[in-house]
Amino acid sequence: MSDATPAFAPLPRLRLTPAFLIGATLVGLHVVVGLLTLIWTPYDPTAMTGGRLAPPSLAHWAGTDRLGRDLFTEIMIGARIALSVGIGAVAIAAAIGVTVGLLAAFASRAVDDVLAATLDILIAFPTLLLAMLIVAASDGASLGTAILAIGIAASSIVARLTRILARRVLAMDYITAARVSGTGWLGIVRIHVLPNIWPTLIVNFALQFGLAVIAEASLSYLGLGAPPPNASWGRLLQEAQATVYTAPFGAIAPGIALVSLVIGLNLFADGLRDVADPTRRRR
Amino acid sequence: MADLLTIENLTIRHVGRPLVSDVSLSVAAGERVGLIGESGSGKSLTALAAIGLLPDGMTASGSIRLSDREVIGSADRDVAGLRGTAVATIFQEPLTALDPLMRIGKQIAEAVRRRAHRDGRSVDVQAEVLGLMVRVALPDPARLARAYPHEMSGGQRQRAAIAMALACRPSLLIADEPTTALDVTTQAEVLTLLETLVREENMGLLFISHDLPVVGTAVDRVVVLRAGEMVEQGPIAEVFGRPRHPYTLGLVEAARAFDQAIGAAL
Repeated sequence: MSDATPAFAPLPRLRLTPAFLIGATLVGLHVVVGLLTLIWTPYDPTAMTGGRLAPPSLAHWAGTDRLGRDLFTEIMIGARIALSVGIGAVAIAAAIGVTVGLLAAFASRAVDDVLAATLDILIAFPTLLLAMLIVAASDGASLGTAILAIGIAASSIVARLTRILARRVLAMDYITAARVSGTGWLGIVRIHVLPNIWPTLIVNFALQFGLAVIAEASLSYLGLGAPPPNASWGRLLQEAQATVYTAPFGAIAPGIALVSLVIGLNLFADGLRDVADPTRRRR
Repeated sequence: MADLLTIENLTIRHVGRPLVSDVSLSVAAGERVGLIGESGSGKSLTALAAIGLLPDGMTASGSIRLSDREVIGSADRDVAGLRGTAVATIFQEPLTALDPLMRIGKQIAEAVRRRAHRDGRSVDVQAEVLGLMVRVALPDPARLARAYPHEMSGGQRQRAAIAMALACRPSLLIADEPTTALDVTTQAEVLTLLETLVREENMGLLFISHDLPVVGTAVDRVVVLRAGEMVEQGPIAEVFGRPRHPYTLGLVEAARAFDQAIGAAL
């Protein structure tokens, strides 16, 4: 008898995979460190506290830079900058991208074609190149312009993803059913479209977060990010470049920080999908 | 008695090519009308046109009156008011007809709330949802209301979809192949449920199917479509008992031959 009640467990509990836990731990560590710098750092980040280019020691965990500033302090502040750029850029990319994507999905064929072609052209530009153009076109390099530039550059990818996902949801019978029962467009977006595209979008946001962190480091490396004395990881790498043979730790330490945050974000992104999508939850 | 749905000389074109031509039918309150024909004969298109939801690029001509309001040519805004009050729909595949990420109870509640909002009455949504679930004979409603569609059986999903349609309290129910995706036992149960509901609520039912035996038990009158054209219509006994059109005759004989083959095998 097919109509019998399937015997399901009370409510499926989320199983946390090791990858997700590692990702969450790495990201969490950076968040804690970033927040900590708001109230405390081991040394004054601009003060010369030791010999120049000193190797790691108990007093200076990551050594010092060419001006004798504590590198660990700068890396901690770098985490705060990386995270704020990621949050800001993803928020901008999400706001613009989801709005444009939904409009395209609901628009008439002609409008949709124009929007889709525009997005394809924007996506054909490398994100970093687009961000560099935007920074170059603005008054000058600052943390704000970097966030704005990366956010705008990433929004086209979010928009295209949203458009495709929303289109697929809109083709489903439950959308027709909702329309037959008299639900308006806004209601359909709120009740059906957003919840159904959310699991994929949130994963993409987490990935975009990682890309934004890398993009910020790249911009700073090129001198287009937050200006000194902001201790962005990209700037630390760039400064360490000249002395990489005499003081390799100046490049290795911010490199580890950057890689660990991005890997953490990617692992976290994978795990998030299982959290957001009930059909993927394992019993 | 005024007809809930009157379709006259409906023609649906896609880029000039007619997909449905010159179809007329009507459904009165308490009446069950079958629309049968093979795949691609324009059954579902006719139903979509009736609620003004034809896919982009298709145009309808002729006349469709839903609850005494003309659907063809009127703005979507005007027709939207009829949807969910004058008419509700049940689809073939209940898995795609239910939002996969929403608990069943919440989906039914949305329909209940929408209808209550339109009527300007306040309802105990929770109680009404459970009541509807009991109506469609869903077992253990309190627990099933918290289930997601993928956690239910096909028959339960279709019952939930029927509950959502009922929540709209429509005067006309359009059922587009509601039993095709179900196994035979469940089919019979869902058909019985539909028949009971239509009788008790005095709804009109437009039942779309390609399955002759199913239509035979579910409706009073039948319209036969073939390649977008109406080949025959009339009371079920008349059409199936003395088919006039060769196509209907072919359908009926095929079904009869199948029955006899089963009879011989038993």
